[in-house]
Amino acid sequence: MAAAAVLRRHLTRNSATTSHLSPLLARTRGVSDSTDPITVETSVPFKSHIVDPPSRQTTTSSHELLTFFRDMSLMRRSEIAADSLYKAKLIRGFCHLYDGQEAVAVGMEAAITRADAIITAYRDHCAYLARGGDLVAAFAELMGRRDGCSRGKGGSMHFYKRDANFFGGHGIVGAQVPLGCGIAFAQRYRKEGTVTFDLYGDGAANQGQLFEALNMAALWKLPVILVCENNHYGMGTAEWKASKSPAYFKRGDYVPGLKVDGMDVLAVKQACKFAKEHALANGPIILEMDTYRYHGHSMSDPGSTYRTRDEIAGIRQERDPIERVRKLILAHDFATAQELKDMEKELRKQVDAAIAKAKESPMPDPSELFTNVYVNDCGLESFGVDRKVVRTVLP
Amino acid sequence: MLGVARRRLGSGTVLGQLVQALRPTAAPASTTAARNYSAAAKEITVREALNSALDEEMSADPSVFLMGEEVGEYQGAYKISKGLLDKYGPDRVLDTPITEAGFTGIGVGAAYHGLRPIVEFMTFNFSMQAIDHIINSAAKSNYMSSGQISVPIVFRGPNGAAAGVGAQHSQCYAAWYAHVPGLKVLAPYSAEDARGLLKAAIRDPDPVVFLENELLYGESFPVSAEALDSSFCLPIGKAKIERQGKDVTITAFSKMVGYALQAADILAKEGISAEVINLRSIRPLDRAAINASVRKTTRLVTVEEGFPQHGVGAEICMAVVEDSFEYLDAPVERIAGADVPMPYAANLERMAVPQVEDIVRAAKRACYRAVPMAATA
Repeated sequence: MAAAAVLRRHLTRNSATTSHLSPLLARTRGVSDSTDPITVETSVPFKSHIVDPPSRQTTTSSHELLTFFRDMSLMRRSEIAADSLYKAKLIRGFCHLYDGQEAVAVGMEAAITRADAIITAYRDHCAYLARGGDLVAAFAELMGRRDGCSRGKGGSMHFYKRDANFFGGHGIVGAQVPLGCGIAFAQRYRKEGTVTFDLYGDGAANQGQLFEALNMAALWKLPVILVCENNHYGMGTAEWKASKSPAYFKRGDYVPGLKVDGMDVLAVKQACKFAKEHALANGPIILEMDTYRYHGHSMSDPGSTYRTRDEIAGIRQERDPIERVRKLILAHDFATAQELKDMEKELRKQVDAAIAKAKESPMPDPSELFTNVYVNDCGLESFGVDRKVVRTVLP
Repeated sequence: MLGVARRRLGSGTVLGQLVQALRPTAAPASTTAARNYSAAAKEITVREALNSALDEEMSADPSVFLMGEEVGEYQGAYKISKGLLDKYGPDRVLDTPITEAGFTGIGVGAAYHGLRPIVEFMTFNFSMQAIDHIINSAAKSNYMSSGQISVPIVFRGPNGAAAGVGAQHSQCYAAWYAHVPGLKVLAPYSAEDARGLLKAAIRDPDPVVFLENELLYGESFPVSAEALDSSFCLPIGKAKIERQGKDVTITAFSKMVGYALQAADILAKEGISAEVINLRSIRPLDRAAINASVRKTTRLVTVEEGFPQHGVGAEICMAVVEDSFEYLDAPVERIAGADVPMPYAANLERMAVPQVEDIVRAAKRACYRAVPMAATA
């Protein structure tokens, strides 16, 4: 059995792209789960605005890289599955997919704790998963079922996980930015020593309320990190058509900023670690994540009327975040190509099982129409469409 | 002199009505005899009532904080927050820049994370800059998150017309905010209302819009010892019968309660006994109290300061038609602000806001006691 495994690995390794040589004996231990630190350089140096950037040298381990691979692959697979569910009309309304941007969610999570807070806009499925969200609950929510993370009452744009300090899930472009500054305000008020990562897109970067909130965050030294997930298109509008200055990391003016390769999970992790320390000591900082979404803005946007297929394919070829990590893992011999493929197959099964389970969840009970309108509901009246037919006292 | 002109022209004509309107505005509400005096006749102003409520709630709960323009060093644009900065410090009394969208969003975010912010708008006209946060970020969050994200926040400030401040500074937002499920909307009238309702609002776990009135800030009202106690609280969603009556129900909120009470005095002299309801809570509306009163009196006049179309009075009328139609002996009458942006000139402004005589006239119409009206242009 062990010999066969050795043989299998030997055979696959001949066709693998790795050039790293390691003793054959080491190959028999299977996928490496070591936490021994290794150093990896980020793809590009950080660009900075009124702050000294962190080093390009990042510390990671085989365990961490494999976790990154697994987490990003799970997100990738989930978003693609959501695409199919939408086309099958099991998901309705809006559905904004994150595939391509996984490194931002995963790298950020690796740099912080669950006591730190995250808030984002409507492209929120993967942020929810990164914060420990349940896969079944995610798909159930997308399909508007009782076991959804918002019990079917929110939908794609309104995922939350309060116990992991994930504050949603917001549909109004830019509104989450002042909200995130408010969460940071509460963290500072209570002297928690935690920070808030406040995510927005290149489309939201021009919102006035962002600058209003940033001004106050700087005045009051709020521990908030504004993260611009710059996927270069605000819906169908390219960044250079919407922004006089698309150098979003510089737009804070008196607030420092860092430009990060958002497709490099280690760079993201490095930048977020740096930003957290900075925010706790000095107040707000902006991180611009240079990232890309493979899908259009939402499921009603093919994404190819304002971008060329060559551009999309090119990014997939050159900068895909999962492929980068795969290459790293193979280069360091932490796993074989086949092992990684097997992992992906396993994850695919996991996603399919989660979808099957989510499909079994029923729609919310009609009484749920009237729940959670208020926290303190008791005794308040509410009405259905025909109040002679549906008139209730809130629970 | 004006009295002579009125008798000659008859109050039913347009000119007669104009002449009536030229009479000086009614005396301040504090001189009316319709006020209920309770055992301990201590009087405090609405301003003092609000200030003491803020002070007590901030003292009782360290997660309560106040933010807004000039609330700290300036002691409050209308001095409502006087002394609070000295007492609680700049971490709990925050002077904000003039950026409503930003600071309201920050307040709501702080509430998401469990603090209890009080966001002051210098007037509710400026709340329109922040209305997306009030409605989409605050009101709807508990519902969308199925109970995970609650928003224990209070948005407060002066609402409605002041005196001579023009169109952009005079709007009443009661109907706008009361439209939204997920918000609670309160409108105090007296000092007791101000204390009890503000304390209730701060303690409430839901987002509350608290509509004050600048012209009431300086008015004094008697308050009971119970109302002065720091544990005092009024229930949200319950109206108060300010004056019992049997012939016609008059509903009002905020400043108009004082006008309605004055109108009730005038009507009493003419043998009409008016029941005045101080709504206190616009959302939830105390439909039960309004219907119970109308079932007793069979006639209703709704009074509000704001624009008439889709206003609070329209909702009250429908609430009564739905539940007590058979009890009505006359069509519901509605007194509201004029359907125009607020003009500046004093005479036009007076015509744009309800006066006591408007309420009297409408009550008489409801009682079929009106002078026949000539057709107006």
